[in-house]
Amino acid sequence: MIEAIIALALILVSVGLIFLLTLQRGVLRTGLRPLPAFDRLRRAIGLAVENGTRIHITLGRAGVAQSFSASGLVGLTTLERIARVSSISDRPPLATSGEGTLAILSQDTLRAAYRQINQLELYNADRARLSGATSFSYAAGLLPVADSENVSTHIAVGNFGPEIALLLEAADLESSFTLAASDSLSAQAALYPSAQETLIGEELFAIPAYLNAGAVYTASLQVQDILRWGVVVVLIGGAVLTLVGVI
Amino acid sequence: MRAPLSTALAIAVGIIVLLGAFLPVPTLQPIRQTLLSWAIPVAATAGLVAILNLLGVHWRKLNNPRERDTYSILLLLGFFATFAAGLILGPSNPDFQKVVTHIQFPIEASLMGVLTVSLTYASIRMFQRRVGWMSILFTASTVVFLVVLSGFLTVGESIPLVKDLLAALNTLPVAGARGILLGIALGSITTGLRVLIGADRPYSG
Repeated sequence: MIEAIIALALILVSVGLIFLLTLQRGVLRTGLRPLPAFDRLRRAIGLAVENGTRIHITLGRAGVAQSFSASGLVGLTTLERIARVSSISDRPPLATSGEGTLAILSQDTLRAAYRQINQLELYNADRARLSGATSFSYAAGLLPVADSENVSTHIAVGNFGPEIALLLEAADLESSFTLAASDSLSAQAALYPSAQETLIGEELFAIPAYLNAGAVYTASLQVQDILRWGVVVVLIGGAVLTLVGVI
Repeated sequence: MRAPLSTALAIAVGIIVLLGAFLPVPTLQPIRQTLLSWAIPVAATAGLVAILNLLGVHWRKLNNPRERDTYSILLLLGFFATFAAGLILGPSNPDFQKVVTHIQFPIEASLMGVLTVSLTYASIRMFQRRVGWMSILFTASTVVFLVVLSGFLTVGESIPLVKDLLAALNTLPVAGARGILLGIALGSITTGLRVLIGADRPYSG
């Protein structure tokens, strides 16, 4: 019972901090740590809009009903942000996923993004699609996107297996820019040599904040940092207490 | 559904499920279980809708005179053949299972082979793309753990110093993985909280 109360208290404190920091950020805007991957991503988006090429965002295979769905949700926010900033492009972005709920949500996200900027006519359900239902059919379904959809930028954000490297390899053959982030350790190992820019670990959750999706994303990134320091203190404290024989 | 209503509903369901997970309140448990059990048919229906959308995309690609994709016919034929066989024979039929697995497994194994070559090539190319100590560290650790995990060094396990060294080496990836997973867990928590407070609304379309 005590663990449940601590967990609920932590959740409440985190929610309070997110609200507080979101409100504070409206007054005090502090910069985020510079990450070269995002500078290159912004440049690639700008070039894609200028050249009239497409941006491809692939969201992985974790549906919302699964325990590791958070990376997919980050992918959806990324999709929404990129759909907005590339709305003036001749070729709107393309979203692919390897799970049903994620595919439906990506369609919904695209529609919401275009509706908010009063350009609902840009929405096409075919541009947010399932590429395959199993890990390898998903990867195989992504390969034609790399060479036949006039894509110049591939962004892979979500839960993948190492097979995502096949898409990045195909994209590299087409001289496309690739940025990848995953919550899966095996995918991160495969992405590091394959993608031009790889985000490791919790950097995945920083994408919306770096794409200026809103103050709440920057605030939640700061809360993430606070929680991390909390974990560090607990780990070191636990180690010291174990060492001296208290616990 | 209008966005404010769907947002309120999502927040309410999220809070009930969360509280049900932590607090042993008897009235909360059946509601939580019912809500969670609804997720399965919803996910299955979404999967079906997404597959229909996939078929629609390939049908339109096949019929697009400007950018016709002839490979789409293979997907459509493959899908309908499997679907018809599954309907007639039943998905648990041994003959059906045999045909599907005898096609699917070799293809997946071939893709795995291609992936191995791709990753090897990508690892070599990484030195052109990212010149720095991280690339050297990545390659060195890959080689070291390939050797360690291959079982090649098991003969040295009887030597005390080598045994301790191998144990220390095997601890390194575990520690690194835990560090990364802790960061991911914290990120997942804050992402979940954003959905719970309605700041993130992937369902707002």
